[in-house]
Amino acid sequence: MEMFLYIALFAPLVGSLFAALFAASPKTLVAGVVPSLLLFISFVASSILLAYVLQTGGTIHVEMMTWMATGNLYIPFGFVVDQVSVTMMMVVTLVSTVVHVYAIGYMDHDKSFNRFFAWLSAFVFSMLILVMSDNFAGLFIGWEGVGLCSWGLIGFWYHKESATWAANEAFIMNRIADLGMLIGIFLVYWNTGTLQYDQAFAVMPSLDTEILTWMGIFLFIGAMGKSAQFPLHTWLADAMEGPTPVSALIHAATMVTAGVYLVVRSNPLYDLIPDVGLFIASLGAFVALFAASMALVNRDMKRIIAYSTLSQLGYMFVAAGLGAYWVALFHLMAHAFFKALLFLGAGNVMHAMHDELDPFKMGGLSKVMKGTFIMMTLASVALAGIFPLAGFFSKDLILEVGFIQHHYIIYSVLLFTAGLTAFYSFRLVALIFHGEERYKLFGIHPHEAYKFMLIAMSPLLILAIVAGAMKMTYFEMVTAVLPATEYHVHSEITYWIMTIGTQLFVIAAIAFAYKKYALSKVDVPDGSSDMEKSFIYKLLYNQYYIPHFYENYFVKPYREMSHAFWKEVDLLLVDATVDGIAKFIYNTGENTRDMQSGNLSTMLKWMVAGTVALLSLAVVFALAVRYLGV
Amino acid sequence: MMEIGLNHYLVLSTILFAIGLIGVMRRKNLLLLFFATEILLNSVNIAFAAISHYYGDLTGQMFAFFVIAIAASEVAVGLGLLIVWHKRHGNIDLETMTSMRG
Amino acid sequence: MFEAIAFYLFSFLTITMFFIAVTTSQALYALTALAAGMIFISAFFFILGADFLGAIQIVVYSGAVMALYAFGMMFFDTTRDVKEKQGNKFIIVGMGVLAAVLVVVIFAAPIVGDNIVAIYPMIEGAGNTQEVGMVLFTKYLVPFEVAAVMLLVAMIAGIVLAGKKMDLSLTLTSDDKIEEDENNKKVLL
Repeated sequence: MEMFLYIALFAPLVGSLFAALFAASPKTLVAGVVPSLLLFISFVASSILLAYVLQTGGTIHVEMMTWMATGNLYIPFGFVVDQVSVTMMMVVTLVSTVVHVYAIGYMDHDKSFNRFFAWLSAFVFSMLILVMSDNFAGLFIGWEGVGLCSWGLIGFWYHKESATWAANEAFIMNRIADLGMLIGIFLVYWNTGTLQYDQAFAVMPSLDTEILTWMGIFLFIGAMGKSAQFPLHTWLADAMEGPTPVSALIHAATMVTAGVYLVVRSNPLYDLIPDVGLFIASLGAFVALFAASMALVNRDMKRIIAYSTLSQLGYMFVAAGLGAYWVALFHLMAHAFFKALLFLGAGNVMHAMHDELDPFKMGGLSKVMKGTFIMMTLASVALAGIFPLAGFFSKDLILEVGFIQHHYIIYSVLLFTAGLTAFYSFRLVALIFHGEERYKLFGIHPHEAYKFMLIAMSPLLILAIVAGAMKMTYFEMVTAVLPATEYHVHSEITYWIMTIGTQLFVIAAIAFAYKKYALSKVDVPDGSSDMEKSFIYKLLYNQYYIPHFYENYFVKPYREMSHAFWKEVDLLLVDATVDGIAKFIYNTGENTRDMQSGNLSTMLKWMVAGTVALLSLAVVFALAVRYLGV
Repeated sequence: MMEIGLNHYLVLSTILFAIGLIGVMRRKNLLLLFFATEILLNSVNIAFAAISHYYGDLTGQMFAFFVIAIAASEVAVGLGLLIVWHKRHGNIDLETMTSMRG
Repeated sequence: MFEAIAFYLFSFLTITMFFIAVTTSQALYALTALAAGMIFISAFFFILGADFLGAIQIVVYSGAVMALYAFGMMFFDTTRDVKEKQGNKFIIVGMGVLAAVLVVVIFAAPIVGDNIVAIYPMIEGAGNTQEVGMVLFTKYLVPFEVAAVMLLVAMIAGIVLAGKKMDLSLTLTSDDKIEEDENNKKVLL
């Protein structure tokens, strides 16, 4: 069994290194096929591990080798496959395999084809380290690794200034949050003396609540950066500069869920500090509404989907904050499937429309791109939470959790957001696939994507449809390590009113979106309509002016300060000192050069000087010995 | 002041030694450099003889004796070399004898 | 009292002479001053009761060594003034004085500490020369012989270095060859 663990973990690394060999060469198909194959092998190994865990309920815990063993600090390279991590492994490897195969087709005409797969497989490897590690230090290594690979992939087309800027923004925002996470890890070590999950969590109940609160807060700050919670959220929308497979893998299914994974993994800690949990849930609810509002008016297809991801992450944090860890993980899993499917479909549309992103310039594509149309529609239905697709089981469960725990404000916010989600998702689908064909005005000739890309996307489609049925199996498996609270509304009537009411509300939102965007005439907005001039529209369209605020009040002063430091401190002090030392040595050499000039008179003078020096030393030492007794 | 002690002779020897050293460092003509060397040797001889006298020991005089012998042979060889150099180069100025680049 | 007068007189003269020898720009003056200084130094030896040493000083130093220098001077162009580019006077004078003082201080330290014990004490009644002879040929015999060999070596070196036509040996070539060379020379001339 350990063999499968190592295969699952290291196959992506081998794939990445293999592709990296070709990184500087022109595109060669084998550099895409081999990593995809290796990822498939990793997926198979993960499946075998899942079967094992399901059947026997056991965990596999290996310690590969010792990393640090200094004094009291002992950190190994250890990996654990328990119910939580095997769920994550399945999600990660499945979505990664699909994305890899898809990318072989998507990046077909890109000249950095090989480099892409090197980065992508390296990302999967880091993510696997993150979810499979059995201590906080290994988690942090994976954390940083995914941050780095995300940087490389967002800025993949590094000739574009906007791409490199977005990559830097993502990395720097993550880094700011990582400071909080590091402090959290230090607090864990300081108070419990170990970084292993099982040992640290065993000690925690005996600690002071205040320390635990700080630990929880700091670890959550790290999660905030990685999962783009407010206020560290601006990088996620800008990360759409990267290629679409990257958005599908990283910013829908895996990296941004690392924050949720952290909270789920640390559930013993968060169970002890329910106030922090409430804060997390409130923040999650706020982000859900906040992101959904920005997606309402956006005109960039990928950004709409990115805000949707942000919103769903808010849902996951609500569940995790309220103590329903298994619900959060379940929603993570379902969301990964349909969100990745949405992104991949959007990639198809982009390719067909020659990288056009504004849905207002598309329309009526259902006639030309049948497969993508079906997939994206079904994915949006799942996202909206319509029975019996996967989203219903996970999202409605979160709504129930909020209702049962009497957090009615959170419940209503999430309910309203569900309506908004349905609206903007179908606004997108309607604008792209229905209505008249506006793209003809722009002279674009779309065509469907390659067959094999559609075939690669199909597993996600199937899972988006059937994942709900796996809820009970999943619940029994994962509650071996997570708290097994079952959420049932007390009275049947309330339950049915809630569920049916939610469904009707969502369907009404969908109908409204269809009416507005598919059935009535839609023009390409050019800034002249009344709605566009309204204050609310402007506020939402510019993302509440938050990026503007960050740029002017954080980035600019910091840049000025750095410039001043460089000019004043670095050049004048540090460089001057280093150059001064060099100059001093050089001048010493210059001045003693005439010791070797071959002039006898000079040499005689140096001889006398040396004799004087030695004799003085002799006299001084003799006197010191005589009078000081040294 | 009237009573000449060992110190007087040692002071004299010091002065002569200093003069000799100054000459060695200052002179650029090789022959005159040799003269300065002779001064050094003589000052040391005075010191030896004085110490020998004031302690009733003959060792100092013996040493001075041998110093004289060595000085004589050194002058012979040195002058011989100097003559050969002069025949070859035409002058015995130190400044022209530098073949190393500093 | 006479001793004091003699000491101060001769010391003044010696210092003056040596000073001239070190600072003058004319080589001939330097030579003369040096020779005079040597003589005055022998006066010191006589004052100190080292008669043998004084006589040796006059004979060897002012006689042989100075004569050697005088002959050496004949080889060089001494009418020219010795032009010397002067280095930094302060450094030279300062270092010289400092070195001198230090050397004497170091070597006089045992004297000040009263640590001197006579190894070869003088015997009352015998003259200085006799005493020197007794010590020289008993205790210092080996250095004496070695010094003699060294003088021999120096003499041969001097001859080889300074002599002319050293490749031609009169004692080793046969008489016929000498006759032939003589005739050749007459023909050429």
